Amino acid sequence: MASLREAIARGARLDAMRPFPRIEVDASIWLRVTREISKGEGDLVALWSDGAAAHMMAWPHGDATPCVLSIACLEARFPSVGHLHPPAQRLERAIHDIYGLTPSGAADDRPWLDHGVWGVLHPGGNAQPAPADPAPYRFLAAEGEPLHQIAVGPIHAGIIEPGHFRFSANGETVVRLEQRFGYAHKGVETLMRGADVDRALRLAGRVSGDSTVAYAWAASGALEAALDIVPPPRATALRAVMAEIERIANHLGDIGAVCNDAAFSLMLAHCGVLRERVLRAAKAAFGHRLMMDCLAPGGLARDMTPGGARAIEDALLAIDASLPGLLRVYDSTASLQDRTVGTGKTDAALVAQFACGGFVGRAAGRGFDARRALRYAPYGDLDFDVPVRQEGDVDARVRLRFDEIGQSMAIVRRLLVKLPAGPIRAEWPTDAGACEGVAMIEGFRGDIVACVRLDAAGRIAHCHLRDPSWFQWPLLEAAIEGNIVADFPLCNKSFNCAYSGHDL
Amino acid sequence: MALMLDLAAQGAQMSLVLALAPGLLGLTRKIKARLLRRRGPPIVQPYRDLAKLLRKEAVVAENASWLFRSAPYMIFVATWVAASLIPTFATGLIFSWTADLIAITALLGSARFFLALVGMDVGTSFGGIGSSREAMFATLAEPAMIMISFTVALIAGSTQLSSVAEHMLSHLELRVSLGLALFGLIIVALAENARIPVDNPATHLELTMVHEAMILEYSGRHLAVIEMAAALKLLLYVSLAACIFAPWGLAPPGAGPLFWAIGVVAYLFKLLAGGCMLAVFETSIAKMRVFRVPELLGAALMLGFLGVLLLFVSRSL
Repeated sequence: MASLREAIARGARLDAMRPFPRIEVDASIWLRVTREISKGEGDLVALWSDGAAAHMMAWPHGDATPCVLSIACLEARFPSVGHLHPPAQRLERAIHDIYGLTPSGAADDRPWLDHGVWGVLHPGGNAQPAPADPAPYRFLAAEGEPLHQIAVGPIHAGIIEPGHFRFSANGETVVRLEQRFGYAHKGVETLMRGADVDRALRLAGRVSGDSTVAYAWAASGALEAALDIVPPPRATALRAVMAEIERIANHLGDIGAVCNDAAFSLMLAHCGVLRERVLRAAKAAFGHRLMMDCLAPGGLARDMTPGGARAIEDALLAIDASLPGLLRVYDSTASLQDRTVGTGKTDAALVAQFACGGFVGRAAGRGFDARRALRYAPYGDLDFDVPVRQEGDVDARVRLRFDEIGQSMAIVRRLLVKLPAGPIRAEWPTDAGACEGVAMIEGFRGDIVACVRLDAAGRIAHCHLRDPSWFQWPLLEAAIEGNIVADFPLCNKSFNCAYSGHDL
Repeated sequence: MALMLDLAAQGAQMSLVLALAPGLLGLTRKIKARLLRRRGPPIVQPYRDLAKLLRKEAVVAENASWLFRSAPYMIFVATWVAASLIPTFATGLIFSWTADLIAITALLGSARFFLALVGMDVGTSFGGIGSSREAMFATLAEPAMIMISFTVALIAGSTQLSSVAEHMLSHLELRVSLGLALFGLIIVALAENARIPVDNPATHLELTMVHEAMILEYSGRHLAVIEMAAALKLLLYVSLAACIFAPWGLAPPGAGPLFWAIGVVAYLFKLLAGGCMLAVFETSIAKMRVFRVPELLGAALMLGFLGVLLLFVSRSL
């Protein structure tokens, strides 16, 4: 750990970014940091580019906060992180697709988000016209006589987001799963350029609809950090209420959906009723079922309605009444337990290597939670548990969601009891000059990172939003190995990674 | 005149199963929906779906063979014949001498053979997975069905369903072997009809499908007849269980229209009970892992064996 800190300390520290330090490094420090991270000295939190430089967010183990390392990309190249630290590979491929920067020394030079249908190459960079017929995507091989391939998606028989899964299977046993994403690419980073802060927040809220509150909070948190604005306490408390309601609603939906994938639709029906109660409470309290666009730079777009607290409390009471029963049903249905226990195990070592957040990490022993690790307002003053399980299977991920719903309900209640009065929005300065900010917010899937740079006119120069799923999707590939093809939907649903958030 | 009446009764039975089969499916879905606190589609929805499919264009894959086009009709005909052989409201109908348990098993086996073939015909990976799983289940389900037939035949002294039903009516007694056969038949019926816990008839997950995977490539009238065959198969198994294990109300041979009417009413009640039990069972259990299914069907096979064995032992001692 000391050596990672030492390597980072050699760089030139810039004071431009808040609240985490940003350090300008050269290729040798960059590579040394990469090597230390690959040895497990710290976590790779994010890796992105703004077209001119590559940025790596690293978190040395034991440090209170992560830091951002930046390397200028001369001749459109930067030293590859992925060749030593595999979790970075997809991020590098995405950087290459959008900005045309080449990770030198990378093992995998295939495109990731670019499917050759954008009409341009590197839309965030020099945007050259794309060749008419792109080379076909090379899937990784799995060799052996009895192996056959099963191609699933991107269009599925059910209503889910688009993603392609290529199975190499020996009969029913999966030998290799390879994912292919990018079908939901919206070009968020390019859309963000030149946007004013309100539009930036609206865009951030649309990166992944089920995490709209967490994304908007991350983006506004980064903006507020950049301008050194502290939102009023009422605004942060209500943001947390919304984020926890979002978590409760999504977890309820997930529990039902996992059970439904084992054809146990009873749970789906009951969880669906509860989720609907929560969404209606959100509509009553904040004016939108998913609470989209309820946040604003510096606070909230609008206050909670007078009857809002009552509506939320009613929904929580309904969950109180039903959830223990649902857990009992889940526990006592042997046929369901037979499907979930031991299925899709994630390896604790891989979870640590990928610095995998959210319930996927916490169900496999990695107890990271941004709310607890960074203690951002209002969570610093709140007393709550971060449930952790060790098993890492589908069952653990379901049970962890039950645990987290309980914690989130307690947080919401505590916040609503002591809801501070006062303004809901801080004054937004118009002449702050160029500045940079970064924020990490715990969404229901895990930690969302937002990194924003504003230009002198107060518009977005660059905004990067890192979805937790970047580090969860690869673990799904690993978790399914050796399982049977028919168990994949169950594993996939228990991960419930984002397609839209990942595809940007 | 008597011959005309006999033919009419046989014709009525054939139309009856055809007319009721989608209704049974609709009823099961409705009860399941109510158990899940949903309103559910109306019971007549399967009829509407069939009518819709029949009106639609049949899209066929470019590389589909002649088998792909003709198999749906063969599957449908084999299943329909099998379903209309089973005494539903009356025994001793004009063709009842053909209503043989072995013959019915064989008819269903041929239908399955064609279905598994067309699953692989177009060459999609899902169809192949479905066919392979179906074949794996069938290798255990069919012998189990045969053993169950033997158990019943040893008790009733015939594999012909009309005589079985008459024997059961006249010799009302509790028999261990019969109980074993009933359990075995229920397991086989669940597997054969792609119900939970073996398969999920309502699934949208391509990777877990068995029956649905084989027919993914079908559309229009082809899909309609396959769906109809599936509905007939469900009705067939309920009728079979009703005929062997609950033959009450069946009109005896040579009975008149009044007894037939009583038989039809009794049959409707049996279907209702069967649909309710199926819905309750399916709601209370999750689907099995694919490789657990052979264990379940193996249990059915063992039950059939045990039934036969017990009968031999009790007879020779």
